[in-house]
Amino acid sequence: MITKLKNNFLFTGAEWSHATLEKTYKAIEEIALEDLGLDVYRNQIEIISSEQMLDAYSSVGLPLMYQHWSFGKRFAHDELLYRKGYQGLAYEIVINSNPCISYNMEENTMPMQTLVMAHAAFGHNHFFKNNYLYRQWTDADGILEYLQFAKSYISKCEEKHGPLAVEEMLDAAHALMDYGVFRYRRPPPLSTREEESRRREREEYEARTFNDLWRTLPKSRADKPDEADEEIQRRRKLLKLPQENILYFLEKFSPVLETWQREILHIVRTISQYFYPQKQTKVMNEGCATFVHYYIVNKLYDLGLIGEGALLEILHSHSSVVLQPNYDDPRFSGINPYALGFEMMCDIKRMCTEPTDEDRLWFPELAGSGDWRGALKYAWANFRDESFILQYLSPHVMRKFRMFLITDIEVEAQYSVKGIHDEAGYRKVRAALARSYDIGVLEPDVQVVDADLKGDRCLHLLHLAQDHVPLDARQRDETMRHLRRLWGYNVQLKSIDRDTGALMSEVFMCEEGVVARGGDKG
Amino acid sequence: MFHRFIDRRLNPKDKSLGNRQRFLRRARARIKEVVNKSIQERKISDAGSGEVITIPTRGIEEPRLRHARAGGNRQRVYTGNRQYQAGDQIDKPPSGGGHGSGKDGSDDGEGEDDFRFALTREEFLDLFFEDLQLPDLVKTSLREVQTFKINRAGYSASGNPSNLNVLRTMRNAYGRRLALHRPSSQSVRDIEGAIEQLRSKTPLSEGEIQCLAKLEAEMAALQRKLNVVPFIDPIDIRYNRFEQKPSPNTRAVMFCLMDVSGSMGEREKDLAKRFFMLLHLFLERRYERTDMVFIRHTHHAEEVDEQTFFYSPETGGTVVSTALVEMVKVVRERYPTTEWNIYAAQASDGENFSGDSERCIDLLQKEIMPLVQYYAYIEILDEREFDIFQDARSGAALWRAYRDVADGHSNFAMKRIAKHSDIYPVFRELFSAKKEKLATR
Repeated sequence: MITKLKNNFLFTGAEWSHATLEKTYKAIEEIALEDLGLDVYRNQIEIISSEQMLDAYSSVGLPLMYQHWSFGKRFAHDELLYRKGYQGLAYEIVINSNPCISYNMEENTMPMQTLVMAHAAFGHNHFFKNNYLYRQWTDADGILEYLQFAKSYISKCEEKHGPLAVEEMLDAAHALMDYGVFRYRRPPPLSTREEESRRREREEYEARTFNDLWRTLPKSRADKPDEADEEIQRRRKLLKLPQENILYFLEKFSPVLETWQREILHIVRTISQYFYPQKQTKVMNEGCATFVHYYIVNKLYDLGLIGEGALLEILHSHSSVVLQPNYDDPRFSGINPYALGFEMMCDIKRMCTEPTDEDRLWFPELAGSGDWRGALKYAWANFRDESFILQYLSPHVMRKFRMFLITDIEVEAQYSVKGIHDEAGYRKVRAALARSYDIGVLEPDVQVVDADLKGDRCLHLLHLAQDHVPLDARQRDETMRHLRRLWGYNVQLKSIDRDTGALMSEVFMCEEGVVARGGDKG
Repeated sequence: MFHRFIDRRLNPKDKSLGNRQRFLRRARARIKEVVNKSIQERKISDAGSGEVITIPTRGIEEPRLRHARAGGNRQRVYTGNRQYQAGDQIDKPPSGGGHGSGKDGSDDGEGEDDFRFALTREEFLDLFFEDLQLPDLVKTSLREVQTFKINRAGYSASGNPSNLNVLRTMRNAYGRRLALHRPSSQSVRDIEGAIEQLRSKTPLSEGEIQCLAKLEAEMAALQRKLNVVPFIDPIDIRYNRFEQKPSPNTRAVMFCLMDVSGSMGEREKDLAKRFFMLLHLFLERRYERTDMVFIRHTHHAEEVDEQTFFYSPETGGTVVSTALVEMVKVVRERYPTTEWNIYAAQASDGENFSGDSERCIDLLQKEIMPLVQYYAYIEILDEREFDIFQDARSGAALWRAYRDVADGHSNFAMKRIAKHSDIYPVFRELFSAKKEKLATR
């Protein structure tokens, strides 16, 4: 019996070869496309060595990247951890591009290659192709071409203007990288040729970035009557202020930058924009990929295509990936996105096929519908972490993780437990968890609010602090230094509590450094 | 058809080399600080192997606008609840840091901690030896051809009998014998046997007589052939051929000379040791092979091993010239100057038997300086003395005597040191490019 089954196995043993990879890929593809009905970009799977994996790590996982010392620093760091055995390497890296490139390590055993192909080449790939954030914010077709352009442009700049000048510009741009994103609209598609030709003509941005919503900012003119001044209003309109995309603002309006420097800012913010969706979909992206590989390898086993040994090896690795340590475990470092995503997606499947009364109450549209494939694909396509958790986190999963919510009020001496995994707490816990994945909460809200180009040319920034959380003072001052370099004149940053409007701190960066600072912790 | 699998393993590996170089350049000042400090503090014998270094993140941090780790009102969801109920109060940790062991707000940041990474040995030593140069490398430069290495270079038809290659020779001979149909000794023996048999019979029949005659004729023919086609002919002979290949002179020997009389205490010996080790490290890097000779002296000198040199106690007077004599002897015996670059380093507390200093000058001027690439003398002082003897002109008898030698030889250097941190600067100055320029004026 066993020997008969063995003839059907795609592979036996740990060794992989191109033939077994090819055969296994075909089998996985069949399940992914026919059974799960996934929709993927064409796959390009590259076998790389551990050294190349370290290389890929250090250049933020992109196959091509311009050169910068910070990538070298990351490489040195990861290399030490890896060589000393503190940290293993990822089994794969996958790139949101078309064709979808995934890197598989040569050290992986054949069962691991199977897992990795199902995980990256189908799970992540489907997510990249279908999730609305990626569809809106990234251009999978153009990214590789654009990176090529960026890399050669920056190395040309290094030749022409010297590596130190370029490094200074990149340092400054990296410091503001998180503020190089238009959050509320889709960026134009990338095209190298167009980039080259209309490098300095980006008027179309200006038309598109006009956003009437800004008038409805909480800070109303009635509070500060002097701001109603005509001149200021006109100026702000011309500069399209307030502006959340600080790099864009500097690229357009900095009085001191040269053309190539503006182009470097443009490159950095384009890359930042490319990563913007990934920051918001960690749970979903990993959950999707983990669910897909779990389903596929089990199916392969059910079909008699892989043996028990292979399945056990895969499951061993799977279970360490989705491990969620408890809060008091030394390994605890927040909620594991793999664990949460995977659990929630399995839960959606469970609710569709074997609903309980509770599910019928909480998720009437899912419970018992039977079409879990459709439900999952809908979720994968239309949510990001925050909205996904808010929509789909069920009491069942909250109980399973035994979640509880703790609040830390600055003025109080003790933390308090606001809710646990019970009837009274489900909604509170869920809302708080969802909020903790909201990029608007994770990243400080800092905008350019004013710049008097005819006067002292001081650049004014405003930080609207949520929940009274201040900025990290040291890093803020360093960032301000970079900002001043890019702007060329003095820069001021005010932190204001969003709810009360109280001034929390004020930093003024002039040529000599930080000279005036008022109201820290005020 | 489109290839789904691409094997990238053969692609160039050093993709991030440029980034690494940029990083090292960026952090150069910090890394150097650490490297210099580690040379002073750690055991010198480890200096060349220390690879993992920790540098402060100052200057290599990547600032962003981030939320502070503390302050404000926060909410966080945790997993694995066992005992808590809604409304429970938990004491905040006194430091006011984040709750639990989480990494609040610093998921991708390095924090204020130090940055640890590994320098390769090459990078480490490059930093260590930055802008150092051994003097007089021009004279017996690494590229200068002085010695020859003997390499095998096939076979030749002529040569010294001691280089005879028996195998080749016999093979050629066998081939020639086969080609020219030299009768085998077996066939000769067979015919000889047959002849012998016939001759031993007394009454020979007619047929037998004929047969004997035929055999004898055959035998004569064979004998002729054996003479014409010798077993080994001069043309068969092959010799191993050797070629003398010029090889750069890449060997150095370092002489460590030290006064071990009672006046040299632990502190002095330790300083001397560090100085020797640094010099050795440098030579080791420059030369393929570096030998060390340890010569200690009191009123008499002897060559010893390293352990004895540094740790074995000895008492007696101080006669420096004995060490120099011993050194000359060792050079003559074992280190011909055509094959070895000779470096000498001498450490002493400056004391010497009165009248011996003149003899030292004489030995150095006449015998030693022509032999060596470089001669370095360090005088180890008390920290109090160090202040008094700031002026190079003043000093004890040995110091004054050596000054005469130093004036006449650009490859003679002398220095005074008093504490650990003096060593590295002294070392640098001894071998700095500037010094060399001055010296070769």
